[in-house]
Amino acid sequence: MMGAVLVGMYVFVLAVFVGFEIIAKIPPTLHTPLMSGANAVSGITLVGALIAAQSADPRVSSILGATAIALATINVVGGFLVTDRMLGMFRRRKDKR
Amino acid sequence: MSAWIEHAVPVLYLLSAVLFIIGLKGLTKVRSARRGNMIAAIAMLIAVIATLLDLGLIDYRWILAGMIVGGGIGTVAALKVEMTAMPEMVALFNGSGGGASALVASAIIWLEIIEPAHSGSAASVLGGSNALTAFLSILIGSVTLSGSVVAFLKLSGRLRGRPGWLKARNMINSVVMIAAIAIGLYQTYGAGDPAAIVTWTLALTGVGLFLGIILVLPIGGADMPVVISLLNSLSGVAAAATGFVLDNNVLIIAGALVGASGLILTQIMCKAMNRTLGHVLFADFGDDAPSVGDTEYSNVRSFSAEEAAMVLEDAASVIIVPGYGLAVAQAQHMVREMADLLAARGAKIAYGVHPVAGRMPGHMNVLLAEADVPYEQLQEMDRINPEFKTTDVVLVVGANDVVNPAAETQPSSPIYGMPILRVAEARTVIMLKRSLSPGYAGVKNELFEHDNTMMLFGDAKQSLQDLVKELRELTA
Repeated sequence: MMGAVLVGMYVFVLAVFVGFEIIAKIPPTLHTPLMSGANAVSGITLVGALIAAQSADPRVSSILGATAIALATINVVGGFLVTDRMLGMFRRRKDKR
Repeated sequence: MSAWIEHAVPVLYLLSAVLFIIGLKGLTKVRSARRGNMIAAIAMLIAVIATLLDLGLIDYRWILAGMIVGGGIGTVAALKVEMTAMPEMVALFNGSGGGASALVASAIIWLEIIEPAHSGSAASVLGGSNALTAFLSILIGSVTLSGSVVAFLKLSGRLRGRPGWLKARNMINSVVMIAAIAIGLYQTYGAGDPAAIVTWTLALTGVGLFLGIILVLPIGGADMPVVISLLNSLSGVAAAATGFVLDNNVLIIAGALVGASGLILTQIMCKAMNRTLGHVLFADFGDDAPSVGDTEYSNVRSFSAEEAAMVLEDAASVIIVPGYGLAVAQAQHMVREMADLLAARGAKIAYGVHPVAGRMPGHMNVLLAEADVPYEQLQEMDRINPEFKTTDVVLVVGANDVVNPAAETQPSSPIYGMPILRVAEARTVIMLKRSLSPGYAGVKNELFEHDNTMMLFGDAKQSLQDLVKELRELTA
């Protein structure tokens, strides 16, 4: 039986390879949207923040957790929205012409 | 908790991971990009729902407060930001992602060790690997946070230049990096009671923040695309490290994907400047070159908008080369207006975009898209370079180093070897430029002295306005 860490390492390394594989051929037009979209995805740390902020009384951990939730949510909401806005510009122009 | 939730949560996490991969893949094609972004957002929603299900009935007050504040700020920022300010905003978003990861790892340390007042080291309470990754998450997260804030301040012009004491930055960086790792290891294995762990966790955060500041502070404008991509990658790595702390695979997978994507962009940017990542971070343009050479110009011919407009009027093919000056002057709409005028007269229009033009990857593409330039007209460097020979007029708007022939002709030049747009091969080059001041690399651009170059000095937007006015008068 593998330890949780080792399983984590497998998952991490394989995911990095998948990342390289699917993103390798990125056209320059999409450099910025990819970056801001990926940035929104890095807000996945929100999941960790939820776990950290679960206690009711105002303790250090819940304050740290709530701050982390706020920062991660900025990332998630702002990142996906601004990426959509940018990509809308790419598309709108195509419809026009 | 009912049994179905126990089974549903891992399945939902798996679904979320799969959708993140599909979403990011979608983001790499223009056709599917918007859908890809949407799919990644759905993946995030599923991951959050799964986590809340897993947590069960807990107190939601902190969670709600954090989400409302963060969601509000994120929404306003995303909808209000000007496209010219995108590099600054992406920098800030990278920082908030890194900061969030560092805070989560710290919160776990408080939740598991300090608040229950466990004695023993972090490694013995959390388990060695979880404690070690918590240290990495805090370190990488704080570096990302402070590095991004410095990048933001530099990009928005609130912070300029570089402090003199950073001249010896290679040594300072190495010392601080070693100190950070030593403090992290002590925080993980050495500190044996809650009070000591608090102290060393704070020390680790402090040294991480300091490291981010001194890494990014000396890096100048044209290297910003590299730095932003790297910080983007680091925000993913920090999230993955947090995933190890929590033994949560969806965090590890999503973090690894972002890490890989940021690294690919970093590589593309470095290649486009013929520099290595180490060179960008630890050396300056010109550091290793014996001399930059003279920066005096002779034979520079300055023209009026009227003369330039007459040349443009006769052109059958025009290539526009945008640079950071276009973004500074917010001239993207003006450039499109002029291109439309020329196209209406039958000229063939294309835009030649250098991969590192601007301050972040793809900066020019976003600006021109905002101005409704059809993306079919945006040509990559390799595609457009053979075209210059047969082009009547190249209009360079606020670009300098990326069109400097010295990169191909002068082995002694600091920018030698950097791939450039070969604008000098066109029949006429019109350069819209503020002054003769050198570009970021600090080298002279002999293009300004060429016989087929026309210099049109002034703010890019103003010059374009003048050109449009003159062109209209010529037509009337």
